Amino acid sequence: MVPFAGWMMPVQYTGVIDEHRAVRSAAGLFDLSHMGEIEILGEQALSFLNYALTNDAAKLEPGSAQYTLIPYTDGTIVDDAILYRLDDRYLLVVNASNVEKDLDWLRHQALGFPAAEIRDVSDQTALVAVQGPCSEEVLRPLMDADVVTLGYYHATQAMVCGASVLVARTGYTGEDGFEIFVESGDATRVWHALLAQGKPLGLIPVGLAARDTLRLEAKMALYGHEISDQTNPIEAGLGWAVSLEKGDFVGREALERERRLGPARKLIGFEMLERGVPRAEQPIYKDGVQVGFVTSGTYSPTLNKPIGLGYVPTRFSRLETEIDILVRDRPIRARVVRTPFYKRERGASP
Amino acid sequence: MNPENCWYTQEHEWVRIEGDVATIGITHHAQQQLGDVVYVDLPEVGATLNQHQPFGSIDSVKTASDLFSPISGEVVEVNSAVTDDPAVVNADPFGQGWMLRVRPSDLAEADTLMTADQYGLYTQES
Repeated sequence: MVPFAGWMMPVQYTGVIDEHRAVRSAAGLFDLSHMGEIEILGEQALSFLNYALTNDAAKLEPGSAQYTLIPYTDGTIVDDAILYRLDDRYLLVVNASNVEKDLDWLRHQALGFPAAEIRDVSDQTALVAVQGPCSEEVLRPLMDADVVTLGYYHATQAMVCGASVLVARTGYTGEDGFEIFVESGDATRVWHALLAQGKPLGLIPVGLAARDTLRLEAKMALYGHEISDQTNPIEAGLGWAVSLEKGDFVGREALERERRLGPARKLIGFEMLERGVPRAEQPIYKDGVQVGFVTSGTYSPTLNKPIGLGYVPTRFSRLETEIDILVRDRPIRARVVRTPFYKRERGASP
Repeated sequence: MNPENCWYTQEHEWVRIEGDVATIGITHHAQQQLGDVVYVDLPEVGATLNQHQPFGSIDSVKTASDLFSPISGEVVEVNSAVTDDPAVVNADPFGQGWMLRVRPSDLAEADTLMTADQYGLYTQES
């Protein structure tokens, strides 16, 4: 167990590679109770959210969700989040380590929206995720709601083992899967029910370390790495979560300019051509000169080779470009490759 | 868990001295902390090791770490099983996962290392 943003979290249960492969081939069970949950209610909830977030919240139907960013005025990033529209409120799910910062910032932005109410429900809300191709099979017998027809980035209320939950078809692994929001008091019961139901199908508990390798293969950004108060969504490849079609919002001017001029640097994915595992913050070199840095790196359990993400000047971001990563003070050859590194085969599931 | 016939470093390497040959590896505690090992970089036969100085490196999925020599001497054998299939370090750190055999230049250096009992306490504390 390690301390993580004030929580005691398991880094691994059985082993990173085992856990990683279980999620790719069967299913994994994640305790994500550390994540922050913020409710937004009131008549001005939508207009506030469309001012404080980059994506267009007006596009959300009740029961649907979208990936979005909380921007600073200069277009850099306070946090990334998933915004759910429920029947009578919105739910914003943010990173554990950023909850306090996000709340301070959002409350400040909400000063001009007296009829928007912000409620931090992180402490009373636990979050359990089931991810992997067998997820649907694990959940179906336990839920009274129809999880089979629940679409990607959609959510519905459901009962599981007598507990009232919000079940969403979302995740951070690149697999089909569900995230289940449950009152803290019911969380253990739901965890054990999912574990018992999933075990015969190959489901195992998955810790933080495999969560990181899974999201990295799927090229999903991690705050403090690919995105931060030093980076903007356009260079991070998250322009699709920035809506310039809606009205004014925080950071709009900066992001409009960035999109118009094109980013000076870009987030790239690369694979190593020689032995060596890239790690965050290592320098990226081109022709002997430092041109960028690694944001995340690991040994990919699916591809069986070291992979990484990092920022380089746009002119070096083209596929097949050869770069060097300074691994433990030694330049190791690498090549810009197409991302995501891993993409699941889409079958019958949404 | 930690064999009695080995000496231990604060960086979690072990050394077992038999006659004029010392065998070096990392401990069970170390492999557990590292998680799945994917690369081990070791020096070649003939290389000189200095006590407490890095002699190689180890990469797991999670992290990278230097390997520190428990003893000074000359490398006489490198375990290619470890470089070919690094998972053996996780599976059997005190046995098949050994890394180097060394001809020690000063056997008295071993006295500065921890015994199995001392290392057991050390890892409980850290």
